[in-house]
Amino acid sequence: MIIGLDVGGTHTDAVLIGKEGLIHSVKVPTDPDQLLSTIIKALERLTENQAIAEIERLVLSTTLATNLVVQKKLPPVAVLVSAGPGIDPEYFRIGAHYHVVQGVLDHSGREITSIDKNQIVDIGRQLKDQGISCAAIVSKFSVRNPAHEMQIAELLSPYVKHIFMGHVLSGTLNFPRRITTTYLNAAVYPIHCTFFDAVQLSLEKQGLSLPIRVLKPDGGSMNFSSSLDYPAQTILSGPSASVMGAINSAPKDKTCLVLDIGGTTTDMALILNGVPVIATEGIEIGSYKTLIRALMTRSIGIGGDSVVRIQNGKLTIGPDRIGVAMAYGGPVSTPTDALCVLGLTEDGDVQLAKNGLSLLAAEMNVSIEEISESIIDLACHEILGAAGKMVNFLNSRPVYTVHEMFENLQIKPDHILVLGGPASQFAERLAPHFTGKVETVPHWNVANAIGCALSRVTCEVTVYADTSQKIITAQGEKFEQKITEDITLEDVRQIAFDLVRAKALRRGAIPEYLEMEIIEESQFNMIRGFHTQGKNIRVRAQVKPGLLPNSIRKEAIV
Amino acid sequence: MLRAKNTTGLVFFPAFDWAISPTHPEREERLLYTQDQVLEEGLMDIEGIVELKPDIVTVEDIQRTHFCAPDPESVCTESHFISAGGAKTIGKAVMDGVIERGFALVRPPGHHANRVVHGARGFCNINIEAIMIEYLRKHYNVDRVAIVDTDCHHGDGTQDVYWHDPDTLFISIHQDGRTLYPGSGFLKEFGGPNAVGSTINIPLPPETCDEGFLYTIEHAVLPILDDFKPDLIINSAGQDNHYSDPITNMNFSARGYAKLTEMLKADIAVLEGGYSIEGALPYVNAGIIMAMAGIDYSKLQEPDYNPRFLQQPKHLSREIQKACEDAVNLWKKRDEFKKTVRSKPNCETRNRQIYYDTDNISESQLEVVRICDDCAGALRIDSTADHSRRILCVHIPRKACPACVKQGLEWYDAADPHTYDHIFLQDRPNDEYRVK
Ligand SMILES: [Zn+2]
Ligand SMILES: [Zn+2]
Repeated sequence: MIIGLDVGGTHTDAVLIGKEGLIHSVKVPTDPDQLLSTIIKALERLTENQAIAEIERLVLSTTLATNLVVQKKLPPVAVLVSAGPGIDPEYFRIGAHYHVVQGVLDHSGREITSIDKNQIVDIGRQLKDQGISCAAIVSKFSVRNPAHEMQIAELLSPYVKHIFMGHVLSGTLNFPRRITTTYLNAAVYPIHCTFFDAVQLSLEKQGLSLPIRVLKPDGGSMNFSSSLDYPAQTILSGPSASVMGAINSAPKDKTCLVLDIGGTTTDMALILNGVPVIATEGIEIGSYKTLIRALMTRSIGIGGDSVVRIQNGKLTIGPDRIGVAMAYGGPVSTPTDALCVLGLTEDGDVQLAKNGLSLLAAEMNVSIEEISESIIDLACHEILGAAGKMVNFLNSRPVYTVHEMFENLQIKPDHILVLGGPASQFAERLAPHFTGKVETVPHWNVANAIGCALSRVTCEVTVYADTSQKIITAQGEKFEQKITEDITLEDVRQIAFDLVRAKALRRGAIPEYLEMEIIEESQFNMIRGFHTQGKNIRVRAQVKPGLLPNSIRKEAIV
Repeated sequence: MLRAKNTTGLVFFPAFDWAISPTHPEREERLLYTQDQVLEEGLMDIEGIVELKPDIVTVEDIQRTHFCAPDPESVCTESHFISAGGAKTIGKAVMDGVIERGFALVRPPGHHANRVVHGARGFCNINIEAIMIEYLRKHYNVDRVAIVDTDCHHGDGTQDVYWHDPDTLFISIHQDGRTLYPGSGFLKEFGGPNAVGSTINIPLPPETCDEGFLYTIEHAVLPILDDFKPDLIINSAGQDNHYSDPITNMNFSARGYAKLTEMLKADIAVLEGGYSIEGALPYVNAGIIMAMAGIDYSKLQEPDYNPRFLQQPKHLSREIQKACEDAVNLWKKRDEFKKTVRSKPNCETRNRQIYYDTDNISESQLEVVRICDDCAGALRIDSTADHSRRILCVHIPRKACPACVKQGLEWYDAADPHTYDHIFLQDRPNDEYRVK
C-alpha cells in the first residue's frame, strides 16, 4: 500500500492505495502555520484501523518550501558568484551575504581569468564569523565547465557546513536564474531537514517507519535523501499533484485540458497524448525566477468560493475569496451559492444562498435563478478564456529551425478533465461551452493525492560533447570523459540514457517503470576558417513524468 | 531588479538547420554561441524584453519589393521566407505599439539583394529590410523611412532597391570599397535623378576603431537623420566591423556597437553580416539588445578585449573626419546636385553589370527611369542573366503621379512576350503584381 498526501492551501488530502485501488481517503483543513500537525492529523485519520504493516511508502506534496519563500522567511545564506563580462552581477544581488568574486569562463567554458584563492578564503572567514552555515556558489557558464564552482566550494568548505553549486542543480544556461535557484536551495535546506526529521519521528511514534518521497513541480517524485541535495525542488508541487491525478483518465490520442477547480482558484494544465506538458522556463515564485522544472500550469482566481460582485453594472467573479459560500454560513455570495440555488449541490442551505443572491438579482433586475445561471456561465467562460490564453502561449512559442517553423505544430484541446471540490457540477456546466468531451476524474475530490501517491521518480540530464576540446561532460552528474573525434549523436544519446537511468535509480526509481526520452538534441559542425574543427553535440534526456502502473489499474480506481 | 527602459522585442531565428553550404560562413552554427550568451545572460527574462515568434512572409510580400526570376519560390529557400518574416514581425509589433523597439536577430541576411533577383549575392537572396518596409508602408501608411546600414560591407542591394525613392534615406557606413566586397559605396553614389541625396555613402578606412565609428554617427549620420525627419529608423545591424571578424579589416568592439545602437535610437534593427561567430557575435548581439532596451552595458566586453590594440591612428581620424564632412555637404547641397545630374529632360538610363558571387551568375541590366518631380518615377529594367534568361521588369512607384502610371502601363503593354522569358509589372498604387 502507498500513502499519497497533498497539502493544499485550504485542505490537505490523503489517500491510501492498495493493489485493488483506493482503500481510504481523508480531507482535513490545512493550518499553514502548523504544517507538521496538519500532516500528522491527516495520517492518523487515514491509517486508523488499517493494516499499517503493509504500507510501503509515503509520497508527500507539501507547501513548506513554498510558504517560506512567499512569506519571505528564508534564513540568511551566503551567495558567491563569479561572473566576468556581461550584465553587471550586482543586478542579481540576492540575500544579505552576496559576494562577487574573481573568475571568468567564456561561452564554451574556457577559462579567461582564474579564481583568486585568497579572496575566497577571506570571504570564508568572514562568513564563519557571521555564523552563516549555508552557501550558494555560482559561476557564469558553469554548465559548460564547473571547475570554478568546484574550486570555490573546496576553498570555502572549511568555513561553512553546506554548499550548493549551481551546475549541480540544472544543465540549463541562465546565469541569473542559476543564482536564484542555488540561493533558494541553500536557504530552504535547513528547514527542509528539520521538518522532514520531525515528520519521520512522528511517523515512527505511530509505528510507521516509512520511506518518504517528495513530489516535485514536474509531476515526478524523489526519495528523501535526494531531496537533501535539491530541497527547492519541492516548491510549488501542488498543481502537479492534480495533473498526475488526472493523467490516468487522459485518453492517449487526445489533447486534454485539466481543470482543478478549488475554493479560491482554478489551476489548469495540458496533457498531450497522455504526457503532461512541461514548461520551457523554470518556475517563478514571488519575485524569484528559477531553473526548477515544472509542468506548465496556469492559475486563475475563480473557484467555488470566489466573491461574486456587480461592478459598473456587470457581474464579476473573484479573484478573491473571503470565506465559504453563504449556503455554508459564509459572508458573501459565491459560485457555490449559485450551484446550490440551481439544485446542483448535495447539501448547503438553499435559503441562505438565495438571501445573498437575491440582492444581486434585484440590482441586475433578473430572477435569482437567472442570476445563478449567469454566474456559472460567466465562471465557465472565464476559466475557458484563461485556458485559451495558455494554449495560445504554447502555440506561439518560438522555434529555432526551419523544419519546426514549417511543421507549425498547433495544439488545440479536444477533451477536458475536471477535478477538485465542485468538479462534477462544473463539468456539466462546461460542456455546452466546449466542442470536445468534458469528464470528471474518478475520485475527483482527492485525485490530487492519488496522483501524488503514484507519481514516478523523474529527473533529467544534459550532456555536452565538444570534439574540438575532445571532452564530454554532464554537469551535475560528476561525469567528464575524454572522447575521440568520431563520437556520434547516437553515442551521446546512449550516454545520456545511461546517466539519466543511474540518476533516477539513485533517486529511488523502480527500474521496471523508467520511461526515458530525449527531449532536446542538436549537433553542429564547428568550422574554423574553412575547416571542420570538430562537432558540438548537445543532448538532454529525461524520465517522463507518469504514474506507476503496478498498484492499481484504471478500472480499480473507478 | 533589471528593467528595460524601452519595451524591446526580439525575434531570434538562428535557422539551426540551414546553411548555404557546410563550410560556408553562413551556416547552421553561426548564431549558436550568440544564443548561448543571450540565454546565459538571462536577457530574455528581463522585464520589458519580449521574444516574438517570426512570421513567414508571403510571396506577395516579396513581390511588393522584388522582381524574382522566374519567381520567389525559385530564388528563395524556406529560411529566407522566415528571416524576412522575422523582420516583418518586429515591424508589425512596433507599429502596433506592442513594443517600442525591436531587433530581428535572424539569418540569412539580405542587404546585398537588389530589386531584381536571379539568385544569391553576398550570401543574400531577398532584401529582408526592404520587404518589411514595403509591408509597413502598405499596411500602416508609413511614409518616410531611414535605413542606416552599419554592416562592414556596403549595403549595395538596399541602395539598389531605394536608388530612385526620395522617401527612403539610405545611409551606409562601411569599409572602403576599394578594399572590400562588393567594391561599391562611394560618395559619388548618391541616388537616382529623382532621389538625389537620398542615398549617402560613408566609406571608412580599414582599421577604423570605436572612436571613428562613433564620430561618424555623431557628426554625419545623426545630423542628416535630424534633417530628413523619418517616421521610422531602421538599422541594418551587420556585425562584421568587429576587430575579430575573419573577412573584414575593422577594429570595432562590442561595447562600441552598443554605444552606436544607443546613439542611433533605431526603431528596428535587423541582423546582417558578422562571421566571427565565437569571438564577436555573442557579445555584439548581447550589446545591441542591451542598448536597445536601455540596460546598462558598461560591464560588457569580449574576453580578449584590449583597448590598447584598438587605438585609432591620428591620420585615420583625419580621413574619417573628411568622409563625414563630404557626406554632410552632399546632403546639404542635394538640390544643386540634382540639376547637374539630370542630363536629359525625360528619361535617364543606366547600363549595369551585376555579379552574383554566391551563385556565380552574371546579370546585365538596362535601367530606364522617367524623370519626375512629382514622384519616384516609373522604372523599367531590362535584365539578362548569364546571356540566356531575359526578363522585363516595370515598376510603378507607391505614390506614382498619373504620368508615371501611364508610362509604366505603356511599357508593360508594349513589351513583346517573344523577346522576354518573363514580363513583370509591379503596380504599387494598386498593390498588384502582374506577369505576362
Ligand atoms: Zn557584411
Ligand atoms: Zn511621376
